[in-house]
Amino acid sequence: MSLKADLEMSRRGVLVGGTAVAALTTVPAEGQAPRPAPPAAMPVSLEVNGKRQTLELDTRTTLLDALREHLKLTGTKKGCDHGQCGACTVIVNGERINSCLSLAVQHQGDKVTTIEGLGSPDKLHPMQAAFVKHDGYQCGYCTPGQICSAVAVLDEIKRGVPSHVQADVGKRPTASNAEMRERMSGNICRCGAYSNILDAMTEVAGARA
Amino acid sequence: MEFTAPAETNLFDNAKVVGKSTLRIDGPLKTTGRAPYAYERHDVAPDAAYGYLVGSAVAKGRLTALDTRDAANAPGVIGIVSTLDHSAPLPTGTGNNTALFGGAEIRHYHQAIACVVAETFEQARAAAALIRPSYARVEGKFDLAAAAPSAPMAKDGSGKPDNKKLGDFDAAFASAPVKIDQRYTTPDESHAMMEPFATTAAWEGDKLTLWTANQMIAWCKSSMATILSIPKENVRAVAPYIGGGFGGKLFVRADAVVAALAARKLKRPVKVAMQRPLMVNNATHRQGTIQRIRIGAGRDGRITALAHENWSSNINGQDGENGTAQTASMYAGPNRLQANYTAQLDLPEGNAMRAPGEAVGHLALEVAIDELAEAVGMDPVELRILNEPATVPGTPEKKFSDRNLVRCLREGAARFGWDKRQAKPGTVRDGRWLVGMGVAAGYRGSPTMKSAARATLENGRVVIETDMTDIGTGSYTIIAQTAAETMGVPLAQVDVRLGDSDDPVSAGSGGQWGAASSTAGTYAVCLALRRAVGQKLGFDGDAATFTDGRVVADNRSWRLADAGNLSVTDEMNFGRFKRDFDIGTYAGHFAEVGVDRYTGEIRIRRMLAVCDAGRILNPLSARSQVIGAMVMAAGSALMEELAVDKRFGFFVNHDLAGYEVPVHADIPHQECVFLDTLDPVISPLKAKGVGELGICGPGSAVANAVYNATGIRIRDYPITLDKHLDRLPQVA
Repeated sequence: MSLKADLEMSRRGVLVGGTAVAALTTVPAEGQAPRPAPPAAMPVSLEVNGKRQTLELDTRTTLLDALREHLKLTGTKKGCDHGQCGACTVIVNGERINSCLSLAVQHQGDKVTTIEGLGSPDKLHPMQAAFVKHDGYQCGYCTPGQICSAVAVLDEIKRGVPSHVQADVGKRPTASNAEMRERMSGNICRCGAYSNILDAMTEVAGARA
Repeated sequence: MEFTAPAETNLFDNAKVVGKSTLRIDGPLKTTGRAPYAYERHDVAPDAAYGYLVGSAVAKGRLTALDTRDAANAPGVIGIVSTLDHSAPLPTGTGNNTALFGGAEIRHYHQAIACVVAETFEQARAAAALIRPSYARVEGKFDLAAAAPSAPMAKDGSGKPDNKKLGDFDAAFASAPVKIDQRYTTPDESHAMMEPFATTAAWEGDKLTLWTANQMIAWCKSSMATILSIPKENVRAVAPYIGGGFGGKLFVRADAVVAALAARKLKRPVKVAMQRPLMVNNATHRQGTIQRIRIGAGRDGRITALAHENWSSNINGQDGENGTAQTASMYAGPNRLQANYTAQLDLPEGNAMRAPGEAVGHLALEVAIDELAEAVGMDPVELRILNEPATVPGTPEKKFSDRNLVRCLREGAARFGWDKRQAKPGTVRDGRWLVGMGVAAGYRGSPTMKSAARATLENGRVVIETDMTDIGTGSYTIIAQTAAETMGVPLAQVDVRLGDSDDPVSAGSGGQWGAASSTAGTYAVCLALRRAVGQKLGFDGDAATFTDGRVVADNRSWRLADAGNLSVTDEMNFGRFKRDFDIGTYAGHFAEVGVDRYTGEIRIRRMLAVCDAGRILNPLSARSQVIGAMVMAAGSALMEELAVDKRFGFFVNHDLAGYEVPVHADIPHQECVFLDTLDPVISPLKAKGVGELGICGPGSAVANAVYNATGIRIRDYPITLDKHLDRLPQVA
């Protein structure tokens, strides 16, 4: 243990020392350097909520920011921007993904469904309606991701995609409480609506069964 | 309107809308992604540039230089605001314990030192990485345990030393036949709300508009005026939707300040969302505590002496996390001592997080009570009931407004099947699981604050406008319910517009005061509207009956719409008579856990809260408030902990992967029951808040259940498996 602590300490020490060295060795620039070349842009065409969209994007643009900033589909949320919270969950070609963890240009030709594509205030998707009925949300910020995940989770269970809480992965999973909780655990809700979200999912799963 | 005496019978006692389970009126917008949050205002600021924050990489010292040349020259960069643009820290706003921006002094890790603004987010982020700060780092103090022994006594709300004595604690404790003397620690915790701190800022001439994530719009407006040294009238703050706050968004943060500065400097709207890894150290957290509790009791379990001492810290040496907050209101006992100390540490700013004080105070006190119950051989529910006070224990001159804690405990015990609990710990097994049950009481004060609103009658529709916020609490809906009830119209005929500082100043969202205060303000303005309707149509609005969209007065009847279009503003002021009362909310919390015999893993199996909070305005959303708080309490008991790097002075696990909060798999089905009580002292609606009550006690119930399962008492939160694994009962 003490060896590990020493290593941790020295690794951090190197980082701190490194900063100081970098600061010391910075050479003042003579005049204004020419502006570096702009980053690469690429066209990408994808289908979002049934509509073909063609964008010319900085290749560093995530699918999340393409949706939020370029297509103005702000229903998909940015909670952490690196795959830790699930707020940015969207459904791509039938599978749910964290849209912050993939670049938009990876999605050439893909079919993307966002929360806006599932339903609208006047015409709620059954899962959206169930969330309203069971109060499966509070502040609403994780909610689009929860709903996209919930829709995809029920589909995963229907398709027989296994999870580690199944007693027997050889058998078809069922939409049990434990199964759904396990599969939903990548979607954090800090307001703590979990119990209600499960009630909403249970209702929708029951209606589908 | 003045609320100067306890409420008598009024229209809410025959309510048709208030008190009924009601779907959130903002639900369809939130569940379809149509509710716009602060960073999503393409509608009002379509040309906003993107700001990206840079945080200090040292915890204490000075910024000796900030080389921005490469960043400024990077593609797409429009400009940079630097803390060195200012010779000194900018003034602090309401509630800020340290400045948010400005000057060379570094007071905490990830303090905002610059913001790079570019045409796109990707350009701003890339350029921010090209900023080269140079620091002169100095040593700081980061260790609460080391600082606690010499920490000065804190000051209470009135500025006096936070040291309360009653009777003779020392003598009573010394002579008590049964004594408990234990030390508990709670770690630093993070709000970790899902929406980051975020602001879109735009100037029109000298007028600033901020679309911002903030719980307290009026404080935001005045704070930004102070920080920027501009007239208050020139600031407008707008927050119709807020992605959680839990206290973290009570006060303005660096995102708002730098967005406003950048937008002014660059003459263009700028939006800034604080990147998640910056949030923990840049902004506020709940400070860790060390708590010592001594209880002296007779062999019959009656408490004779009770001392609760608390040590915490803050960056300014003030405003600590006071774990003793609830103790003066909970248990009888004639000889008492309470003391609260705050050390100065150079960690980031500590500040309010959901039930500041009480949330962690319960984690200590309610475990100490469990320990006392075991020491005297009593059931912990019965021990609590035995020590239920007749008057407010710590302030006997006050009366309880309405207190039904005993009912909460009794009803909870019956519903939970508490009679099945085995008093001897470590004796119940279910396969590989050791199973235990725990109980805790909950107390949280229920303050009210002045709250105003505008009510407009528009073609028969009722529109309520106020700067009140809905941070997930359900304000939209309870305000609509209150207006529908008072004006006698269906809920669907009411529109509620929240979170705009151009509208009348409300109580805002914090301290569990929002629901009680803002609905009282809505009631006040609706009574004013009723009078205005009466004046217009020629009757006494106070004597008329408003029901089903009609008004009946003097044996005549009108459609409400007949009054035409009217608009009035009013507010509810709460009178001094309240000071004679301890206005509290109460709960009995129960939990059952399983502890894996082999690995020590802890799983919560069941949770129940029975709550007493007066009239429950909307049982649907109130229940959500409570179960959500129970989730956060479960986190504080079992997993949440900001790890302090005591050498370099920062919280190491500063993102949502390192700072673990409960996820779906951690939380079982939860039950919440409300007693059908009324508190006439709180407001005309006789309704108290529940959002913070829900986090006061469930964590202790979980902790007591873990002990009941294993027989191992962990007093240092969070209770993680490494703390009891080597002491678990031998597996045969």
